Amino acid sequence: MAMSPRTLLVRFSCAAALSLIFGLASGSLALAPTELWQALLGNDEGVAAEVLWQLRLPRVLAAFACGGLLALSGLLLQVLLRNPLADPYVLGVSGGAAVGALLAMLFGAGLVVTQVSSFAGACLVIVAVFGFGFRCGERNIYRLLLTGVVISAGCGAIISMLLTLAQGEQIRGMLFWLMGDLSHSQGLPFAWLVLLTAGLCATIVASVLDVLSVGSDKAAALGVAVIRWQVGLYFVTAVLTVTAVQLGGSIGFVGLIVPHAVRLLGISAHRWLVPLSMLLGGSFLVLADTLARMLWSPLQLPVGVLTTLMGVPVLLWLLSRRQR
Amino acid sequence: MKVANDSALEARALSVQMGERTVCRGLDVLIRPGECWGVLGQNGMGKTTLLRTLAGLHTPQSGGVSWNGLALRGYARRDLAQRVAILTQGEGDEFYGSVQEYVLLGRFPHRTLLFGYSAEDEQLARQSMAQMELTELAGRPHSKLSGGERQRAAVAQVLTQRAQCYLLDEPLQHLDLRHQAKVMRVLGQLREQASALVMVLHDTLWAQRYCDHVLMLLPDGQVLQGGADELLTRTHLEAVYQCRLHEVSVDGERCFVAGV
Repeated sequence: MAMSPRTLLVRFSCAAALSLIFGLASGSLALAPTELWQALLGNDEGVAAEVLWQLRLPRVLAAFACGGLLALSGLLLQVLLRNPLADPYVLGVSGGAAVGALLAMLFGAGLVVTQVSSFAGACLVIVAVFGFGFRCGERNIYRLLLTGVVISAGCGAIISMLLTLAQGEQIRGMLFWLMGDLSHSQGLPFAWLVLLTAGLCATIVASVLDVLSVGSDKAAALGVAVIRWQVGLYFVTAVLTVTAVQLGGSIGFVGLIVPHAVRLLGISAHRWLVPLSMLLGGSFLVLADTLARMLWSPLQLPVGVLTTLMGVPVLLWLLSRRQR
Repeated sequence: MKVANDSALEARALSVQMGERTVCRGLDVLIRPGECWGVLGQNGMGKTTLLRTLAGLHTPQSGGVSWNGLALRGYARRDLAQRVAILTQGEGDEFYGSVQEYVLLGRFPHRTLLFGYSAEDEQLARQSMAQMELTELAGRPHSKLSGGERQRAAVAQVLTQRAQCYLLDEPLQHLDLRHQAKVMRVLGQLREQASALVMVLHDTLWAQRYCDHVLMLLPDGQVLQGGADELLTRTHLEAVYQCRLHEVSVDGERCFVAGV
């Protein structure tokens, strides 16, 4: 039953390519394979090329990067916490980003200001979590995480307040932001740079991740400088999450479910978990986003709703399969 | 003649605190290659904390531990892990991989490749698994092992580390009689190969058979150390465990049984 990691890598790469093609071809203007090919080659100067280059390509690339970032962030967080239920959003980073974005929207700010404001909110939370978490010199990763959870809860309350204060059309924009929306992604090259750099680094230090996932005591006994790695991992997960949130708002469930799905396929070594999770996370989000565009077309659903609706049955199926 | 004790583990004026409790005060111990030390004491006396201190995982109140004449703090963690291995209690509860992958992690401090482990590393892991009778379980998920099998896997992992000094916290926990004897035999071989061993034991018989030195943590905070023959007596053991003991002789071996 268990497939070799190499076979899985090939299959996941194919799945990634297929999901990208599906995402490029589908939408309110459906493109046939030949049209798609011609437009991609630049032989077509018409509406098809316009739609492809201006709208769809940035969007599928954003979805893929966002999914990869969330999956990697979730995987690293699960190593850090040694808890399979860890999700990038427990760090409080997305809460901070949401408060920043919603505040900007409340004051009627434009897209760029909203992005900057959400980035500032996320950074503020990172600084606060590190500041409070390490205040008394006792370097304990659980204190850090609890601080994140508490700040997250605080952000939740502020979000509810901002939603109450907002009016009419503002509320719709805010809800879309909160539930995840990839339609106006900014900073695509930066996100890809973060994704590829972090993915490469994580693959290089995979054997350290293997050791850390056995437990901090054992890792220390095997020669890992545990505290330094934990702080580093926390910081990297935070950066990955901020980058993902900048691309697509809060998209739930990807960071939780994707690394799990790969593990349930029998992969446990991080040198495979890292690339496989990134590929699966990216493909999954491209697929979810494409469906979000198509299902109620011309109305678009928030992609976060779809990832959760798709993620729940898949995870349930994988869990029940494992029990036998 | 000067005795070469270069690669010895040495504690000097070591004072260890565990929460409110003082585990030891001003303890001096020298553990040489080829020696096997038993650590005895009641639950909660700080045996684990003492062992962790000797491994450099717990910071002592004062005094210090050195390996090869150099303070543990002076070593890079990885260099130290190549020399001093510690078996901790109840580890690896949530490991997703197979038994073999788990045992192979013992090679982490010696790893030379960027990705994965070398053929030699895998060979050493297979050897340790064979010693712990785990060869047939090599491909099994670590999470599917029983308590005793998990303990054997943990011992195999520590063996794979190929250190010069082994600190073992209850190496026999969860093990059946056969595997208790198996583990002790393998540890005895390590001692013959001039490794230094320190092990927390609850069975005085194993201490008597394999340990040449004993550290006793008494309830009043006092620590006794000395030769096994001299300390493993009824008087001393009754002082350690604070209960009446019966001494029986089985095939010429002394055994201590708790009285009711």
